[in-house]
Amino acid sequence: MGATVIEKIIQAHSRDEAAAGRIVWMDLDVRSARDFGGPNVVKNYEREYGSAPPADARKTLFTFDLCAPACTLKYADNQQLCREFARKHGISVFDVDRGIGSHVMIEEGLARAGGTVVGTDSHMNILGAVGCFGQGMGDVDIAFAFRTGRTWFEVPPTVRVVLKGMPAPGSGAKDLILFLCRTLGTSAIALAAAEFTGEAARALDLAGRITLCSMVTEMAGIIGFIPGDGLAPDPDARYRDVIEVDVSGLTPQVAAPPSPNSVKDLADLSGIRIDSGFIGSCTNGRIEDFARAAAVLRGRKVRDGVMLKVVPATRRVYEEILRTGILATLFASGAIVLNPGCGGCAEGHAGLTGKGEVEISTGNRNFPGKQGKGPVYLASPEVVAASCIRGEIGGPEGL
Amino acid sequence: MKELLIRGRVWVLLGADGKLIEDIDTDQIFHNAHLHITDIAQMGAYALGNLEGWTDFPKKCAPGDIIVAGRNFGAGSSRQQAVDCFSALGVAAILAPSFSAIYFRNAVNSGFPVLRAPALEAPAASKKLESGDTVEADAAAGRGRILRGNVPFTLEPMSSVQLDIFQAGNLFAFGRGRA
Repeated sequence: MGATVIEKIIQAHSRDEAAAGRIVWMDLDVRSARDFGGPNVVKNYEREYGSAPPADARKTLFTFDLCAPACTLKYADNQQLCREFARKHGISVFDVDRGIGSHVMIEEGLARAGGTVVGTDSHMNILGAVGCFGQGMGDVDIAFAFRTGRTWFEVPPTVRVVLKGMPAPGSGAKDLILFLCRTLGTSAIALAAAEFTGEAARALDLAGRITLCSMVTEMAGIIGFIPGDGLAPDPDARYRDVIEVDVSGLTPQVAAPPSPNSVKDLADLSGIRIDSGFIGSCTNGRIEDFARAAAVLRGRKVRDGVMLKVVPATRRVYEEILRTGILATLFASGAIVLNPGCGGCAEGHAGLTGKGEVEISTGNRNFPGKQGKGPVYLASPEVVAASCIRGEIGGPEGL
Repeated sequence: MKELLIRGRVWVLLGADGKLIEDIDTDQIFHNAHLHITDIAQMGAYALGNLEGWTDFPKKCAPGDIIVAGRNFGAGSSRQQAVDCFSALGVAAILAPSFSAIYFRNAVNSGFPVLRAPALEAPAASKKLESGDTVEADAAAGRGRILRGNVPFTLEPMSSVQLDIFQAGNLFAFGRGRA
């Protein structure tokens, strides 16, 4: 019987038979916790295991990205609790200077093709972009993983999503994934792994692959992969479903409140007045994303009364936008450039929206209350940049 | 053996359209403004605190009550608090047609009964199941019953690992048993 990508990865980490639907015990290459979830992991760990050491301190780590540096006393306390636990057990901490944990793990080579990584981040599955089985888990799961190095997992079925054709110029990975959220909703790949195939998927660079894989969570999927060299399913692998999606000539897409699945063509939402914009997050926080935004903002100004917040995914991305002049372009346009992390998407150091404040964001969620009290629209970096210049939702054309 | 027959008063999470609310996400269940809370006893006060029409749930809910929700319950973040806040209130179980994968795991691992019951969508929409009714659910056999009208329904029985962890109490206790 042939295996899908997810079945192959899990099989390489388990002595049980890793076929879809089976419950297996799986070895974990990396087990991590953030500043949210992390303190509860420590609490669970110490209650259950006292001062016993983790299974392997070298494979165990913390990443502080949610509230970095801590902007509330509670987060400061919680981060310090994790630091002290880490020191005691010789565990690494990628501290508040480093940025989004999943991205740091890609940069550091900790998340590698064929590997397994868990953490207290529901977007840990963006690691599918590099062929790694990343999975977000709660603090009970992670405390158990710290101590034992393994977890149980129900091997998910796989859905092959075939992208037909190429999007129109000016549309990118974010438009692709928003269109998939629009057409597939929260049922088509629910509780399954997705294998994205077709030229439009294969043509994506790493940043684009991260964007595409990052919103599988919003479609209720387990993880997305883009099969390729060294990460191919067997020809006779079994799929729950094969779905073809025509993306030829796809134009920019925007998710309207209240969910990432209420997606419309940009043209149908153009003209909605905005108060703020946000470019960043684990979905669109790479240098390529800021380069696209800077191409739109170069020589132009964010409209008076509009606030544009920019948050690089990691310190390395920050360094790159600094070195390449992208940061200066964004700054000159009036953008507020903050330090790396999850701020702007989750509650954290980039602030929240107030009641009635309309925001357009490159993030991945716009559920009510997620970024504050105001309604949030989700779009690509180009569309967010253009909208901030216009003061209303719109694309770069005609600026 | 822990009791696998769950019986209690239900809260049916209906939206303005009279149907079960779908895709209720973890920010509606336990808002990220309260994520710094690490003491389970303090979490109950925020349960469903950001779900329109249900923000008074912690005041209405009594220990032993059961929640009935729409499909993909617990979408969004990996926060354990979105499960623990219901444990804190003494909620006996959550029944929904489906749950988000992470939410389901979190509940299983903390020994909190989450049961997949697609068959409840129809009675909830036709008012054969309403808040205040009493429901029985046998998590091992996969059978349930709405006491008013004596309406039987099916549910997915717990998987072996869910059952084992539930019987042990939680993942930690289950792990000790295996070691």
